[in-house]
Amino acid sequence: MLWDLGSVLMFMVTSLVIIGITLLIAKLFRRDNPTEEKLTSYECGEDPVGNPWVQFNIRFYVVALIFLIFEVEIVFLYPWATVFKEMGFFTFVEMMIFVGILLVGYAYVWVKGDLNWVLPKPKYTADFDYSNVPRFKKPDAEKARKLQAVE
Amino acid sequence: MLTDIAIIITKIMIVIGGTFTAVAYLILAERKVAGFVQERYGPNRVGIWGLLQPIADGVKTMLKEDITPAKANRIIYHLAPAMVLAPALVTFAVVPFGSGIDAFGRHIAFQIADINIGILFIFAITSIGVYGVVLGGWSSNNKYSLLGGVRSSAQMISYELALGLSVVGILLLTGSLRLNDIVEAQIGMWNVFRQPVAFMIFLVAVFAETNRLPFDLAESEQELIAGYHIEYSGFKYSMFMLGEYSNIITASALIVTLFFGGWTVPFIDVTKLGHLGAFLSVVSFAVKTGFFLFLYLWVRWTLPRFRYDQLMHLGWKILLPLALLNLLFTAAWITYV
Repeated sequence: MLWDLGSVLMFMVTSLVIIGITLLIAKLFRRDNPTEEKLTSYECGEDPVGNPWVQFNIRFYVVALIFLIFEVEIVFLYPWATVFKEMGFFTFVEMMIFVGILLVGYAYVWVKGDLNWVLPKPKYTADFDYSNVPRFKKPDAEKARKLQAVE
Repeated sequence: MLTDIAIIITKIMIVIGGTFTAVAYLILAERKVAGFVQERYGPNRVGIWGLLQPIADGVKTMLKEDITPAKANRIIYHLAPAMVLAPALVTFAVVPFGSGIDAFGRHIAFQIADINIGILFIFAITSIGVYGVVLGGWSSNNKYSLLGGVRSSAQMISYELALGLSVVGILLLTGSLRLNDIVEAQIGMWNVFRQPVAFMIFLVAVFAETNRLPFDLAESEQELIAGYHIEYSGFKYSMFMLGEYSNIITASALIVTLFFGGWTVPFIDVTKLGHLGAFLSVVSFAVKTGFFLFLYLWVRWTLPRFRYDQLMHLGWKILLPLALLNLLFTAAWITYV
């Protein structure tokens, strides 16, 4: 076992060394002629506008959080799966409880809508038609005239 | 002791050399398949049938200028390609590619390291590749590459869950994380027949993990131009390419090992045939892996790309519950039947 882990380490070192050697060979043979324009960031031929390190969508963080929880679950599932045949029914119930707790969290996330990538369209945008909302209804001109006539 | 070390080094050299050669010709095969799908010839000028094209391409990328953008974060920018390529190579360390032979007074397994946490090792190492992609995208200091890196990391972690859960079904049946145990448990009956749902989930998730069509949103040409490696040039660019294609090879080898009997040959017990058996087992492994490599190319030139919301929907709302259900069903099956 130790021997095998050692060979894995050897494999890692060898692949890193090979990568290093090829990079070195490439460095020796390639040409290097940097100019100012060559070194600007690529933005379809235009001069880059603003800072590229922009804020990106916060939902990527939510995805990463949910991932972390489930990944830990999977890490616990692996040792359970290897001894499952010997331990039998007891471990089955145990793992069902464990997975069940996580499923509650999963259902919560699902219902909260964190798994929907396309969010529902916001209702009150600039082009929203306010005329059907009772609060914003224009006073009915016909009705008003009739009321005046009665009076 | 010395002989053992020599054997290990030889095996490492064979695996790395084999992977690089396979990657080179996989790229050629991809261009040829693309040519046939689109009714044109593909590369056919360098050597007979374009067979020397990969060598020409390799030399060319090595001689090209390697540009580091002025605004890039230098250290991470230089490290990122190695962080993609090295894990892609190292993953192959635990995959058994043959039954092994008896030589030099010992049994030589056709596998670099026979560790008892094989599958865990594979998932641990492939996760490092995500860092390479997202750091490469971030450190280039380019809007497209940042978006590509973030998208790609979110996609890879979303499908890693389904990938990890689908394998648990096989672990339940085998009771071991060692890949050799999993292969030997499949003599007579491949896992794909015992765990068809797990196979489908694994296949889809592995396509997403390797950023291949129909899941190549990380580098979708029409919107992000090239995604996370947009600023890279010269040999660093081809390191990303090498990493991507070695990931494909490892993924195909893994599909074969987990679901299609690995190096076993149907109806023949290769372990009793000596050297001929070892040869047959390697050929069997190579043929099966080759089929899945072809499947990768076939799918790429057949299916269009998903939208990002479709990708997330498939990963989180279909594959993940399906993998959990498959797991529960398998566990219940083993307990009650």
